[in-house]
Amino acid sequence: MFVRLVYESFRRQKRRKVLAGAAITLGVTVATAMIAVATDIGDKINRELRTIGANLVVTPQEDSLDVEIGGVNLKPPSDGAFLNEADLPKIKDIFWRNNITGFAPMLPVPVAMERDGKRQDATLVGTYFAKRISLGNEDFTTGVRSTHTWWKVSGAWPDDNSRDVLVGERLAARLGEKAGDQLVLAGRALRVSGILSTGGAEDDQVVAPLALAQEILGRPGAVRRVYVSALTKPEDAFGRRNPKSMSGAIYERWYCTPYPQAIALQLGEAIPHSHAEQIRQVAQNEGAVLTRIEGLIFLITLAALFASALAVSAAMATAIFERRAEVGLLKALGAGKLAVAAVFFAEALLLALFGGLIGFGAGALLAHQIGQSIFNSQISIQPVLLPVILAIAVIVTFAGSAAAIRRAVGMDPVFALRGEL
Amino acid sequence: MSAPISHPAQDLAASRAHVPHTSMLLRMLVRAAVLRRGRAASALFAMVVAAAVATAMLNLYVDVQAKLRREFRNYGANVILVGRDGASLPADALAHVDSVLAGHGIAAPFALLVARASDGQPIVVAGVDFERVRQLDRWWSVSAWPSEVPTLRQAQGKLARAENAREMGHPGLIGVRAMAVVAPKNQAMKDQSFDLSFQGSTLHVEPAGTVQTGAAEDSRIYISLVDFVAWSGVQPSTIEVAANGDPEEVAAIMNQLAQAVPAAEVRPVRQIVEGEARVLGKTRATLLAAAALIILTSALCVLSTLMGWVFDRRRDFAIMKALGASGRLLNGFFAAEAAALGATGALIGFLIGIGIAAWIGRVNFHASVAPRFSVLPVVLAGSMVVTLLSAILPISLLRRVQPAVILRGE
Repeated sequence: MFVRLVYESFRRQKRRKVLAGAAITLGVTVATAMIAVATDIGDKINRELRTIGANLVVTPQEDSLDVEIGGVNLKPPSDGAFLNEADLPKIKDIFWRNNITGFAPMLPVPVAMERDGKRQDATLVGTYFAKRISLGNEDFTTGVRSTHTWWKVSGAWPDDNSRDVLVGERLAARLGEKAGDQLVLAGRALRVSGILSTGGAEDDQVVAPLALAQEILGRPGAVRRVYVSALTKPEDAFGRRNPKSMSGAIYERWYCTPYPQAIALQLGEAIPHSHAEQIRQVAQNEGAVLTRIEGLIFLITLAALFASALAVSAAMATAIFERRAEVGLLKALGAGKLAVAAVFFAEALLLALFGGLIGFGAGALLAHQIGQSIFNSQISIQPVLLPVILAIAVIVTFAGSAAAIRRAVGMDPVFALRGEL
Repeated sequence: MSAPISHPAQDLAASRAHVPHTSMLLRMLVRAAVLRRGRAASALFAMVVAAAVATAMLNLYVDVQAKLRREFRNYGANVILVGRDGASLPADALAHVDSVLAGHGIAAPFALLVARASDGQPIVVAGVDFERVRQLDRWWSVSAWPSEVPTLRQAQGKLARAENAREMGHPGLIGVRAMAVVAPKNQAMKDQSFDLSFQGSTLHVEPAGTVQTGAAEDSRIYISLVDFVAWSGVQPSTIEVAANGDPEEVAAIMNQLAQAVPAAEVRPVRQIVEGEARVLGKTRATLLAAAALIILTSALCVLSTLMGWVFDRRRDFAIMKALGASGRLLNGFFAAEAAALGATGALIGFLIGIGIAAWIGRVNFHASVAPRFSVLPVVLAGSMVVTLLSAILPISLLRRVQPAVILRGE
């Protein structure tokens, strides 16, 4: 009888059930999409923040001081220590290798240029542009094009295996160089593939493939420093603690958290005779911006959950209020309060589960759409969330119906049947 | 059944004789709200919540950009002034820059040269205004700022400035890597003073603290600009500027700076400017998507609640029609009711929404979100549209039905 009541209610009142179900579906859709966006926004914004530049730098341990003003390096070229280029793939071999989004080695070399018989001194920087590095079974492409995204080239980027160079825009203006011209540099005639604009010191420099810079310096395999771009967790009080003073288990936890310091430590361990450090301008502020945006989206998600809970409650209350006559009839036929309430709750449960399922799917789709259109990347939703979302849908639906069901059950059947309430 | 019956009919007729026609409408509106308090209150509640959420979201959407921009100014300079072809800037450049900024940003001058440590090693020395640098480059991890040291000394009364100012040395901020080169390791900080020479003149520097940034600053020595100029005669060649505002405002400031200091080249720090624009754009887009979803949900919530309320009163509607009310009057009545509900709900919701936005601003950004009254007409109009829609829809359905059918309860 109970099952038949519920079944017939769904069969005969399709319009009302569809309306209530639609409200629940919509509420769950919004809730699911917002939860998915909120859990993923940190990672997404973190990737966007990487456009500000590398947040870690690896330098030789025994290096002498940098003597550099406005991008002009005054340090004798052979002075100081170098890193070995052959060690660089080890960067993608550390514990947090998947958090490393890219790295770019730098090797500044002072060079003399000749143009129309005039000599001019400048700095040539050797680096990777978009170098393919093979790591066992997978390939990884890295270089300034991914770590220094604000670098703009008019013309073409040089190939990493070529002998083409980029000329900074201010230097090019002084020399009268254009893309496609020849440039005589350190006794070699090189082709200028493009003009580089960065808004920084590189505008006065020549940028070349690393191998060419090593050849000019006469030190194969030498790298002065490596910029590393890594996804990090905002530094907190625990992250700032000195790892040397930690005991085993706590150190383990610190080491296995992607704090900038922890990744720097691992980089220093991976590359022999090196010292890695966070670039505070980037690393520190990143944490602040990230925390703010995550906090904002979290609060807004709360608002979204609240709004959808309210919408579901309102729809349920209206749906039950409309069925007073039915309650009156049931009670007149001798149904107890409990029996009437059970019918309504069973219907609410079915609606919530059904609406929750559809809503979860629609919400995942919506989150995917948001991810594609805003971040050009996937926002995927964890299947683990499904039971949680369903449970929330059921609880909200029950809570929204409870007041209306109590009133409906408490009615005098006579008034209800006469329609006077 | 909702007509007042407490007055004797004659009194009623007399009292209504001179009252304009509209007061009946008003009375109907008031009685409808009073007699069905519960349902009216729940409809109003839904309206208030929706308006509050919409207000808060719109307020945040407008304000969050400014808030996040402030966070991005912690990245330091977004504009840089450099003397053309490496020349020094004129002495009054900083004053010009300050007058252009007029409080909308911070400017800090930098003067650089290569000096030699006592063992002949070259080292970059910078002359800066410590107070300005401290505000501009907040990521510098500094053990103690030199500007604090003299005041401390004066307080302790140890300073005999006139006698041995030269011996005492000039306070300096030493990069962590430079520290290892210039100062012997085994002594306490205050004894680690050292000499720097530049073109024959010597400067005695007393380390006040160390600076660590992970970048070029670690290899440098910072002294106050006054000491720097007195020692070397070199004027600042760079002024770093953190200008507040949106891209257009920053571009305008750059234009004004270029005019105010013609001897300098004014450049944006692209790295910072572009990263900021990207992150802000994405955040704003996410916020917009979230706001659209939330406002849509709460509008639908209002719609369903209100439609239920109006549908519930089909008997009132039928009685009015049976008593001879015209279609226009009925439409007017329900429309006026909806409009009143929408306006009241929007006003209360607006106030609550401003409160929510301010609270989020305080909790998340530690700054107040200023109430935007430009949001009010939008919220008001939106509320009216939603409430009118939810009143008109059921009425247009009921209009086709004979009053007798409704009154018989079918």
